[in-house]
Amino acid sequence: MSTLTMTDLTKLLRACAGDAEHADLDGDVLDETFADLGYDSLALLELSGQIKQRYGVALPDDAARVTATPRQFLALVNSLS
Amino acid sequence: MSTAVVTGIGVAAPNGLGTGHYWAATLGAHSGIRPVSRFDASGYPARLAGEVPGFVAQEHLPSRLLPQTDHLTRLTLYAARAALDDAGINPGDLAEYEMGVVTASSAGGFEFGQRELQNLWSKGSRYVSAYQSFAWFYAVNTGQISIRHGMRGPSGVLVSDQAGGLDAVAQARRQIRRGSGLIVSGAVDGSICPWGWVAQLASGRLSDSDDPRRAYLPFDADARGHVPGEGGAILIVEDAEVASRRRARVYGELAGYAATFDPRPDTGREPGLRRAIELALADAGARPAEVDVVFADAAAVPELDRQEAAAITAVFGPSGVPVTAPKTMTGRLYSGAAPLDLAAALLCMRDGLIPPTTNVTPDPGYRLDLVTGEPRPAQVRTALVLARGEGGFNSAVVLRHAI
Repeated sequence: MSTLTMTDLTKLLRACAGDAEHADLDGDVLDETFADLGYDSLALLELSGQIKQRYGVALPDDAARVTATPRQFLALVNSLS
Repeated sequence: MSTAVVTGIGVAAPNGLGTGHYWAATLGAHSGIRPVSRFDASGYPARLAGEVPGFVAQEHLPSRLLPQTDHLTRLTLYAARAALDDAGINPGDLAEYEMGVVTASSAGGFEFGQRELQNLWSKGSRYVSAYQSFAWFYAVNTGQISIRHGMRGPSGVLVSDQAGGLDAVAQARRQIRRGSGLIVSGAVDGSICPWGWVAQLASGRLSDSDDPRRAYLPFDADARGHVPGEGGAILIVEDAEVASRRRARVYGELAGYAATFDPRPDTGREPGLRRAIELALADAGARPAEVDVVFADAAAVPELDRQEAAAITAVFGPSGVPVTAPKTMTGRLYSGAAPLDLAAALLCMRDGLIPPTTNVTPDPGYRLDLVTGEPRPAQVRTALVLARGEGGFNSAVVLRHAI
């Protein structure tokens, strides 16, 4: 697959977990933590499911725990694709 | 022992979204029963429902909550916010452990559950939403209210079909007596989706009529089962002293409650409803003659109507008290029905008008003084609300006018 970008991630997050509660996803949020953005572990689990469905990338079960920020999440997905 | 009072009402009903719309429609005898629109019910034995009109979730909920909530949870969150606003409560101003949430449910988020089970069977487990883990669950409405409004005090959910709506409010009263300042209670319930529909059809109690005016006729010789609906009411229950200190408007007091269970059907013993009424009156310290109106469970199944009429006449005498069933305008809302009746009874006390039972020609054999056609002016200081759940549950609540 092509590299997953922040734009892709933003779209996915909005579709599967709704808009961020505490920040504008279109702003500079690459290094904000998901927790600070208002996304809990279930939101990230849902996101992982979408990544698997759309890109065929299977994230490890603990992906939500080991990737605290969008930058880390993107790096993990792109390292596995 | 502290007194529990109702200080806020939030309504989502098939004949009106919002307390004002619901009450105006109810006094005007406007029904919300129509052909099912939420799915194609034309091939099913029951084709009418009471659906809440004009609800656009995006207007009432943040987008974070949309992917994780069933339709009924969204209606619940709407009603909870409306009830808090009505009570003049800003939860952020109060201590989070002082506030709890106790609702009732009969089916949980059924439509959400159906969609995710379809995903499971047709596409595979990877396609099931992570939110299915709680979105279908009986306690989901309690949990979402608790999270949204930061309420971490005693909380729970009651599951006893239609009776659960009263059982939840009684549990709220218990928690107030144990020291909580405020409990969000009541219920919004229903499952108008194919999976929920077949579960309800299995009861054998659904009306097969296509005429909204002839489909749900409790205490009528033509009774033929009920029309299911969705909706209910959320109530803010507070300690009377706390409410008084903040000069809150008080709708009324939760003065009495009792729940009983029916004997096994083949024993020939009397059903438990009469005892529930008598115990609730005793709990309230009220004599039957003090009760100004009874909101009936109104099953519209002849045997169940007979049982209810027999219990009411045993306690109050033949035609001894005005009886009404405004749920003839909404359909039966399962655990949402009784909280909506509590709301109607409190508004009835406020306005001095007993809302009518619509479309029903009372069968004189039941010997009930059924309020039909239009509202009846009456000074209502004490009201009795009844709810019976399939499987043998009987619950009764006595409300008393705020002094």
